[in-house]
Amino acid sequence: MTPGGWIIMIFSVGSTTWLFVWAFWKIFTIPGETEKVHGFEFEPDKPERDE
Amino acid sequence: MARERWNSQFGVVLAVAGSAVGLGNFLRFPGNAAQYGGGAFMLAYFISLLILGLPMCWAEWTMGRHGGAKGFSSSPGILGCILRHKAGAYVGVLGVIIPVVIYMYYVYIEAWCLGYAVNFALGNMHFSDAAASGAFWSEFIGEKENGTALGVSLKEVGGFLIFVFILNFILIYRGISKGIEWFCTLAMPTLLVLALIVLVRVLTLGTPDPAKPDANVANGLGFMWNPTKVLMESKAPDGTWQKDRELVGDAMIAAGHTEAAAASGTLRIREVGIIEQLQRPQLWLAAVGQIFFSLSVGFGVIITYSSYLTKKDDVVLSGLAATSANEFCEVTLGGLITLPASVAFLGVSGIVSLSTFGLGFHVLPCVFNYMPGGQWFGAAFFFLLFLAAVTSSLSMLQPGIAFLEESMGIKRRASVAILGVITALGCWFVVYFSADVKALDTLDFWVGTFLIYILATIQIIAFGWKFGVDRGFREAHEGAAIRIPAWFKPVFKFVCPIFLITIFVVWMTQEVLGLGGGKPSSYILDLFGPEKNKTAILSIGLVLLVGSFFALLVARSPTYKNFPEDVET
Repeated sequence: MTPGGWIIMIFSVGSTTWLFVWAFWKIFTIPGETEKVHGFEFEPDKPERDE
Repeated sequence: MARERWNSQFGVVLAVAGSAVGLGNFLRFPGNAAQYGGGAFMLAYFISLLILGLPMCWAEWTMGRHGGAKGFSSSPGILGCILRHKAGAYVGVLGVIIPVVIYMYYVYIEAWCLGYAVNFALGNMHFSDAAASGAFWSEFIGEKENGTALGVSLKEVGGFLIFVFILNFILIYRGISKGIEWFCTLAMPTLLVLALIVLVRVLTLGTPDPAKPDANVANGLGFMWNPTKVLMESKAPDGTWQKDRELVGDAMIAAGHTEAAAASGTLRIREVGIIEQLQRPQLWLAAVGQIFFSLSVGFGVIITYSSYLTKKDDVVLSGLAATSANEFCEVTLGGLITLPASVAFLGVSGIVSLSTFGLGFHVLPCVFNYMPGGQWFGAAFFFLLFLAAVTSSLSMLQPGIAFLEESMGIKRRASVAILGVITALGCWFVVYFSADVKALDTLDFWVGTFLIYILATIQIIAFGWKFGVDRGFREAHEGAAIRIPAWFKPVFKFVCPIFLITIFVVWMTQEVLGLGGGKPSSYILDLFGPEKNKTAILSIGLVLLVGSFFALLVARSPTYKNFPEDVET
């Protein structure tokens, strides 16, 4: 592996790993981002079509 | 009836990431990067991610949530809403055809992965070389003759196919949060853990066979990431120089120089630098294609998934997070596992193919056969591919389910049953016409490549020009945890469509139609050449049949007669 190869690998792997960790850290630290206990949330104010 | 919703933002991000992460991350990406030179390819790859991948993702997330707020979850409904015309619904049919048809063959590949994982775990995989593992694959999937892929023994794909088909439909029947989200929140972390275990094993391999000092992990990494390619070229009878093989590592290059010096002018060593590689249109096509197909944009999936979000849910950070998860799996895991492991055991010359199937089902099974503990690492690797495939195939079913519910006014049970029949028939077609994987290959080209380009182009133009970039930004930022930088506005409106259309035109003229000195691709010749291929023609017939059925539903459904007035809320 050449020095150029090491630089490109470290930059590519480092940048994608950093972005991944940052984005998920951000999601987990959003206030109120906790799992709801149920899966089907009804919002009466949204338009619905009857079946 | 209550609209289905995601259970959490983390869940929807994992579901979208699961949709994107698939075989392409672990097999197609390393093959592309190695073929086109790590440094040059990665430069084109990151540029494509920035000006095509990310904007397309954000556009789809935003349009999907907008359509969902109007009561639509299918691509016809959402595009009809955006374009405010029934023609939008007809165009949106592409967003149903694509995932449904891709599911028909993707589930077949998914069954291969499960079959390989089970056979590795049971100790049934012993191959002396890549040719032997290729022969096993050929028998396993029935490549030699039509109708031979339906056996149900451990060494035939039929039983695994039935299992994964049923598994997909059980999960999809359970719904958005209890099926797709539940499975993805289990499968994606499991996939990551398995990949990290295999990664640690691969990076600690060193030089497995001291008798072959060139076959080592460092050379495997160099094969993929070195920006300058060192090629041994031989002189053809017409005087031109042609690539003979690639040289990686000091010892191999020194030996190559000695060989070239002794060949009295018929061999030479040539270094291909990053600038020369970037001048090749094929490299850009490969980089754009990798970003494009890897992120599941233009697929009809993200737009449907995001329709189940509420106005207060973030789409900007979610889109970025799902993209980043896909990139992590692709660059970090895929980029460090597949080729280093292959080179460590087989050497550069032993990698007989850099194609997705070649690497995955010819080269890697052989590699795990040589690896200490390879039975379990092989099982882990193919099981992680299987998990990645299931999270993707689930995402291919939801657009069809949403469309059938919407257009026919039926409930989930009925829509699952109808889609089950359609996809089962299509899947049977693909599996029956297994000779040379012709049906799969044809559908993958015309639907999994060609139609995706078309739909993606329509979607980004609809977002940038009909919906409007300013409005799109306002909509995207509702409930957003982060902001899209303002310089993305011209990217959405101009750069992205122009880049996409340019790449599409270059790809069509050079690679498909073979204009400018080349010859038409086999996909064109199969349909229009002197020796037409029956399976290819039938495959196109299948796509037209499915498309006609969906278009008929749009034509007859009152749901798509009038779209709600498009008032910004």
